[in-house]
Amino acid sequence: MGFSLFTPLSWNDAPFILQGILNTVYISIVAIVIGTILGAIVGFIRAESNKIVNMLIGSVLDILRSVPLIIQLILFTTYVGVMGYPMDPFVAGSIILSLYTMAFMSEVFRAGFESVLPSMRTAARSLGMTYWQTVRYIRLPIGLRAVFTSWLGVALAVIKDSALVSVIGYMELLRTSEQLISRSQQPLEILIGVGIFYFIISYPLSLYGKHVERKMKV
Amino acid sequence: MIQIQGVHKSFGDLEVLKGIDLEVNKGEVVSVIGGSGSGKSTLLYCINAIEKIQKGKIFVDDIDVHAKETNQDKLRQKLGMVFQQWNSFPHLTVLENAALAPQIVLKQSKEEAIEIAKKELEHVGLGDKFDQYPTRMSGGQQQRLAIARALAMKPDYMLFDEVTSALDPELVGEVLDTLRLLRDDGMTMITVTHEIAFAREVSDKVAFFHEGVIEEMGTPEQVIENPQKERTQQFLSKVLH
Repeated sequence: MGFSLFTPLSWNDAPFILQGILNTVYISIVAIVIGTILGAIVGFIRAESNKIVNMLIGSVLDILRSVPLIIQLILFTTYVGVMGYPMDPFVAGSIILSLYTMAFMSEVFRAGFESVLPSMRTAARSLGMTYWQTVRYIRLPIGLRAVFTSWLGVALAVIKDSALVSVIGYMELLRTSEQLISRSQQPLEILIGVGIFYFIISYPLSLYGKHVERKMKV
Repeated sequence: MIQIQGVHKSFGDLEVLKGIDLEVNKGEVVSVIGGSGSGKSTLLYCINAIEKIQKGKIFVDDIDVHAKETNQDKLRQKLGMVFQQWNSFPHLTVLENAALAPQIVLKQSKEEAIEIAKKELEHVGLGDKFDQYPTRMSGGQQQRLAIARALAMKPDYMLFDEVTSALDPELVGEVLDTLRLLRDDGMTMITVTHEIAFAREVSDKVAFFHEGVIEEMGTPEQVIENPQKERTQQFLSKVLH
């Protein structure tokens, strides 16, 4: 056997890959949780606001939604870097991915809140419930059920979009695999494997979603 | 006692109530009849402060409903209301629908609220539906649930806003029967209704609304059987064919 620059993939790479998977799961969870909470708040404000406030919020969300995530990531890291506050790629990635998620989630939640008709709110108020009790016990639960499928769609998209955080140096699954490819020169095996891992991460969520939907249909 | 004194209500430029005076004593059943757009429903919405008024006063047990210092959430506990649309909470079972408000508004324990809810549901004939989801029930059943849900709050007054108007004809009877039941229990009620025969049967007092004013008011015998005003006669001849 001759001398080679490349070392083939081996079991020794398993911990490295596992770390990549965990990092993908980690940043996805952070973005989905923060994006959902912020999205619910912004969505609620939008459902309750007049046209002018809605236009202002809407234009900010439009920017977040229409500028490609990869550009947002690079611009943000570069900008904070130039300003003299270099940020850990995980922190920077989490911020941008969360805001990006929030932009989509806010529309989901807005639709949910608006799906509860005014007459339903009036009925709840007529029972003596306060405004916030109506939000908490009627509008939120009914709205969430109405838009759960859309919420799940956004959450699944975020898991896949998290791959883009690799461009700013966060060692998630895709970046891990890129490094392995450049070392082993086995792109086919590695990329297929990575694809399967993304599927393995996303599929349980999708299954869980179907389960929840079935339960809600009762 | 509910006292309505010179109440005016406008939506923008449209004046819907043009000086309404009405008193409802404890134990009385008052029916409000009249054409659509005459302001009947709006009056109910003003009584429990869902809508603001521009002029006049409404007192419920001597509480000034529209005064700034009045806690309207608290006031609504005295006033049960049932609407044309039943508005069942679709994410809760029948029992949970009726037990929710007593728990979160009156701060009753879960056991206590469920016990009261069960009693009220049995009272309106839904004793076998506790664990069902309301969306699976007929309109008549859902409307009876709405009544039980309001009754579980132990209100002193009940306001009924055209509660049979959205129902299929064959389901109207069961809801009217429930209202008769409440009257027999001695509940004080204001019913806005198109069911003239029902109004004649159950009411102590009937008020005929026309274009935002009470055109004629009195006992059912006076207003429905021997109307004195021309508009009342015209209206009744139309709805009674």
